[in-house]
Amino acid sequence: MSRPVLTVENLSVDYLVDPVVHAVRDVSFTLRRGEILGLAGESGCGKSTLAYGLVRLLKPPAAVTAGRAVFHAEDGTGVDWGELSTEQLRAARWDRISMVFQGAMNSLNPVISIRDQFEDVFLTHRPGMSRADRRRRCGDLLERVGVDRTRLRSYPHELSGGMRQRVMIAMAMALEPQIMIMDEPTTALDVVVQRDILREISRLRDELGFAVVFITHDLPLLLEISDRIAVMRDGRIVELGDAAQLYTAPRHEYTRTLLASFPSLTGDRGSFVRGVAS
Amino acid sequence: MTSLEVRGLVKDYRLRDGLRSTRLRAVDDVGFTLDHGRTVALVGQSGSGKSTIARLLLQLERPTAGEIRLDGRPVARRGAGLIRYRRLVQMVFQDPFASLNPHHDVAHHLARPLRLHHPELSRADVDARIRHLLERVQLDPAMAGRRPHELSGGQRQRVAIARALAPSPGILIADEPVSMLDVSIRLGVLNLLATLQREEDLGVLYITHDLATARHFSDDILVMYRGRIVEHGPADEVILNPKHEYTRLLADATPDPERRFGPAPR
Repeated sequence: MSRPVLTVENLSVDYLVDPVVHAVRDVSFTLRRGEILGLAGESGCGKSTLAYGLVRLLKPPAAVTAGRAVFHAEDGTGVDWGELSTEQLRAARWDRISMVFQGAMNSLNPVISIRDQFEDVFLTHRPGMSRADRRRRCGDLLERVGVDRTRLRSYPHELSGGMRQRVMIAMAMALEPQIMIMDEPTTALDVVVQRDILREISRLRDELGFAVVFITHDLPLLLEISDRIAVMRDGRIVELGDAAQLYTAPRHEYTRTLLASFPSLTGDRGSFVRGVAS
Repeated sequence: MTSLEVRGLVKDYRLRDGLRSTRLRAVDDVGFTLDHGRTVALVGQSGSGKSTIARLLLQLERPTAGEIRLDGRPVARRGAGLIRYRRLVQMVFQDPFASLNPHHDVAHHLARPLRLHHPELSRADVDARIRHLLERVQLDPAMAGRRPHELSGGQRQRVAIARALAPSPGILIADEPVSMLDVSIRLGVLNLLATLQREEDLGVLYITHDLATARHFSDDILVMYRGRIVEHGPADEVILNPKHEYTRLLADATPDPERRFGPAPR
């Protein structure tokens, strides 16, 4: 649990436009094996840019200008993703670190069946796998996220939003990566479906032991599911700590502001008075 | 001093599947009252019929059965009565990026409802009212010349609120008014709505899926499930002591750190 799986050192990402936008500034953290690290912040604070930067998926004009992200394999060897070639990166993505991006459910190809899109992952990354194995594995993965395997024959439009999002999560787990980066994976879904998917993610994490970087602006949600939480503002991590500590004793002013932005569901009204402009 | 009463409201949609057609009952025998000075929250999952109710109240759709009464009289469906109804019942939409016209400046958005509903106003009167409306929603009157793309999400939603207030309505329907806004400004906009409601004695229907803000910003909560209202009561009562199984399901699904860590020491 305590061994690191990803070490990020002084990572900076700039958008090289005029004037230059420093989207991520000097971010450092370690991700431990099997932990859920929450990344919270408002829109525009750089949290998604950071996620894309970790897996080197930034498109120009965005570029990593300083620092590095080192992935630690199970045998202890470290790989700096910044030094990999394009081909090595292609092979490593999804295999070591997979991603579920915001609105991922809409990234399924509408004219290709779920099965074909699923098998694509194995055809690309596990070319030696037999056809029968592939089929079985696709079905198993779908069932693992609570979708019936007969759905493999379906096309994306035949599934609900929640189901499509589950399919994406199943795909992200296909190669048993050690890290999953989830950027607002449940934002477009309603609360009941969101709850199901969160339970699923927690259960699978316990079962398979991958680490999760969970990015969202929904701080109460992160407080419920994360082991540790990083709060980002203007490209910097202003506070990083244990979820309980962050909740009960936030150190940074901005964390307090963010916490106060969410009225409590069941607690007392506290300082919260309706109709008094804040 | 307006009140809007809904009784036995039903809305069916026809779904076509090739030659067959089936009936979807989106709203099923719904009844409630929106009184001046009170906020009623309508909560439920997506697809539960919340927005259909908003569309029915705004007369964008015709109910299949049931009636809507304004101050005790059935609502007018045409003519001067409908114009009066449209003035009295106003709406704030979810997406402030889509609900404002990018070609027009803020002043235009506020002047339109003023001119339509108060044709007697002179140009100077309209300008004065625009300034006043912007001040009411805590925007700098100098914003009047700006276009929507120059404003932040929170500023745009304030313009949308000012626009809804322009014809001096009695009822305001707010369909997820803050869900598209940044978390740190949501409470500010909700507080603004609450302040305006008190000052103008508005009846507000707050449609949301966020139980926490529903509890804090409304007097009563209606819980909707598959077109029906399954629970109805004072806000704290519904959230803290839910009677219906579905309300409990919703409450359990809502993230609540206090379940994990106990009450916050705020």
